[in-house]
Amino acid sequence: MPADEDLTSARRAAAEDNRDWGTYALDWVAKYGILLALILICVGLAIGNEYFLSTRNILNVLRQTSINGILAIGMTFVILTRGIDLSVGSVVAFAGVVSASLATTSSTAMVAGGPYPALLALAAGLAVGMASGAVNGVIVSRFAVPAFVATLGMLSAARGLTLLYAGGRPVPALTPEYRFIGTGDLFGIPMPVVIFALVFLLAWWVLGATRFGRNVYAVGGNPHAATVAGINVRRTRLMVYVISGGLAGLAGMILAARTGSALTQAGIAYELDAIAAVVIGGTSLAGGVGRVTGTLIGALLIGVVNNGLDLMGVESYYQQVIKGVLIVAAVMLDQARNRRE
Amino acid sequence: MAADLLEVEGLTKSFGGIAALKDGRFRLQAGQVKALCGGNGAGKSTFLSIVMGIQPRDGGVIRRAGRPVTYRSPREARADGISIIEQELSPVPAMSVAENIYLGREPTAGFGRIDFRKMNRDAQALLDSLHFDIDPRTLMMDLTVGKLQLVEIARALSHDSEIIIMDEPTSALGEAEADQLFEAIATLKARGKGIIYVTHRLSEVFEVADSYTVFRDGAFVGEGAIADITRDDLIQMIVGRPLTEEFIKENVPGDEIALELRGINSVKGVRGIDLTAHRGEILAVFGLMGSGRTELFERIFGLVRDQGGEIRIGGAATAIRSPGQAIGKGLALVTEDRKGTGLVLTASVRDNICMARLKKLGLGPMMNIRAEAKASRRMIDLFNIKTGNDRDPVSSLSGGNQQKVVLGRWFLTEPAILLLDEPTRGVDVGAKREIYRIMSDFAVQGGTVIMISSETDEVIGMADRALVMRDGRIAGELARPELSAKRLVSLAA
Repeated sequence: MPADEDLTSARRAAAEDNRDWGTYALDWVAKYGILLALILICVGLAIGNEYFLSTRNILNVLRQTSINGILAIGMTFVILTRGIDLSVGSVVAFAGVVSASLATTSSTAMVAGGPYPALLALAAGLAVGMASGAVNGVIVSRFAVPAFVATLGMLSAARGLTLLYAGGRPVPALTPEYRFIGTGDLFGIPMPVVIFALVFLLAWWVLGATRFGRNVYAVGGNPHAATVAGINVRRTRLMVYVISGGLAGLAGMILAARTGSALTQAGIAYELDAIAAVVIGGTSLAGGVGRVTGTLIGALLIGVVNNGLDLMGVESYYQQVIKGVLIVAAVMLDQARNRRE
Repeated sequence: MAADLLEVEGLTKSFGGIAALKDGRFRLQAGQVKALCGGNGAGKSTFLSIVMGIQPRDGGVIRRAGRPVTYRSPREARADGISIIEQELSPVPAMSVAENIYLGREPTAGFGRIDFRKMNRDAQALLDSLHFDIDPRTLMMDLTVGKLQLVEIARALSHDSEIIIMDEPTSALGEAEADQLFEAIATLKARGKGIIYVTHRLSEVFEVADSYTVFRDGAFVGEGAIADITRDDLIQMIVGRPLTEEFIKENVPGDEIALELRGINSVKGVRGIDLTAHRGEILAVFGLMGSGRTELFERIFGLVRDQGGEIRIGGAATAIRSPGQAIGKGLALVTEDRKGTGLVLTASVRDNICMARLKKLGLGPMMNIRAEAKASRRMIDLFNIKTGNDRDPVSSLSGGNQQKVVLGRWFLTEPAILLLDEPTRGVDVGAKREIYRIMSDFAVQGGTVIMISSETDEVIGMADRALVMRDGRIAGELARPELSAKRLVSLAA
């Protein structure tokens, strides 16, 4: 090997050790900044408001975060492959009403022969979500339509299908068994939080330890190189939309179960909070870079900030402003680090 | 005596306490084409970025026509008569050639309206003066990569600078286009311009430059006239130790047929290709840009649809419809464009190495992380890849090491047939030699190498046999004893 290559790597290794303090600090902040922000805000709120750290409030925050968190985890898969899924909010409502119509005791809204067992209703909702995602996935991966456009179409179409299916009316009076996933608890932990935790662990394992996870990162990082390396790029792209749609369906059913009825207007603008959580969590919209742990922290940060502002009695309009600032600040930090590199 | 166009002394630059440039020295006179030579990490890029005002320097002097100067931006450097032709292209695809050349300084005709007629006329005159056969009204997206590069060159020259820096200008050019560039360089030289020519391709140094400066490990090592140095001495100066041979070739081709193509067609006019490659053989495919050589590889590897023809591997007819199937048949493809289609730059060294072997490095859908780490380590050791930690992003490696990561990825799949598309493009002399060693060893062990190359030296140095492609067909075949630059080029053109 040539001497200069040796030197390059030696120099690079030395640079790693000897980096000046500013770069090091910036790196650290960019890597752990969001976690740090979350901790600082929690500490601040804990000092400022005694109620914040109560078990009841913590569970409340987690429960409020769980629906956005589940959507954001699905969105992470999509964004990692350079895509976007704008349709999740509409799929929340669509899967919600279809599933609820199988589990309602209201004779006007029920599907003939119902109410059906809760598990069947849940399976139906999940299937609706995955099917919507599959349509997105096929349009994006087979017909090369930009994800933004394909899922924008689904955003509109799924909302329309929801209204058609439910006749524009909510689906009320869900069976107690069905409502368990929204209102029940496991050892004192609300079911939405339990489901969110399971979804997170599963996603973390899939992205970190399976071949599919490797494919997602490769396809997002460089689809051409992934193709040459024998990775089925189309199938990987299709699958991430199916995952996102399925999780949107799951979130829609939890939402319906929590409130006791499935609304046709449920989930409006939910895609924005989900994208926000992913972006705040450090996943790059350019694809190939990001972690589901980041998304978890991003979703929690949004949840804690909303909760904190609620506790302080701040008008909810401010919450939107602050969320906007958070999104942009998180990406600016990331960019600052990239420039330094 | 007139002052030099550019004179640089004792230029230094450190990043985080590490010296990237310890002693940058350079002199350029009017009418001179000076090659700036050095391996990866020699400090050439740092030197150029300081001269162009992209980065501030730590110390040293830059004198432009005798005046000490400090540019704070490339714009200032350009205003003072220095322009650069970048290695990376930056076209606006939906705009015309003329619009790209005059981007940001379009001629206007009252009320800020762009004077398209004057712009097209000026562009035409500029392209004509360089003998570039390009219509200024063509959209950039309709041009080949080679022509795009020529437009980029024309754009840099349109500033009418006194000093023109060319950083690997031929990396995307075919032989014919490269010749056009060399002609343009001769014209500029005759007009008294000074040219700084940076390239890894030594044959070009001897073709276009009249003098050279060598950097090694961030410092000036020497300079002189091209006429006074031999190729071997120059290599030695760049690498810093004597090189015995530039090419390594120890394989002897066998009789057993590894790959046979009969009447293979592909997109973009590749028609009726017949090819036979044996075990233990290094077969070169020589041809100009656009001759269909890359398209041929894409067809063999299942990257484009079957357009007719037969592929036989080890005697058995096979259908290859996807890269996955190709890999399953023992094929491996190192593409020409390392960053575009080779590496996933956002991923780690390890992930890039394991990428084509994921199915064998796990159990069902699950990855075996320990097996991945072991496989990656094995390839890093085998190919002597310089990386601190294999979880580091592959983008932190030098060009030569990146290329070895791609090779490592494919060797992990235990291939029988290696398809290499310009395997030594953009890597320095030392790393080139390592890649030749890898090719030779692979063939010695009974593997088959099919290598696309547009460098005649490389074909002559490495190939047992060469097929020359022209306009999508095989224009001729040369056995090793018949190989010569003249024959190759005349068959290709």
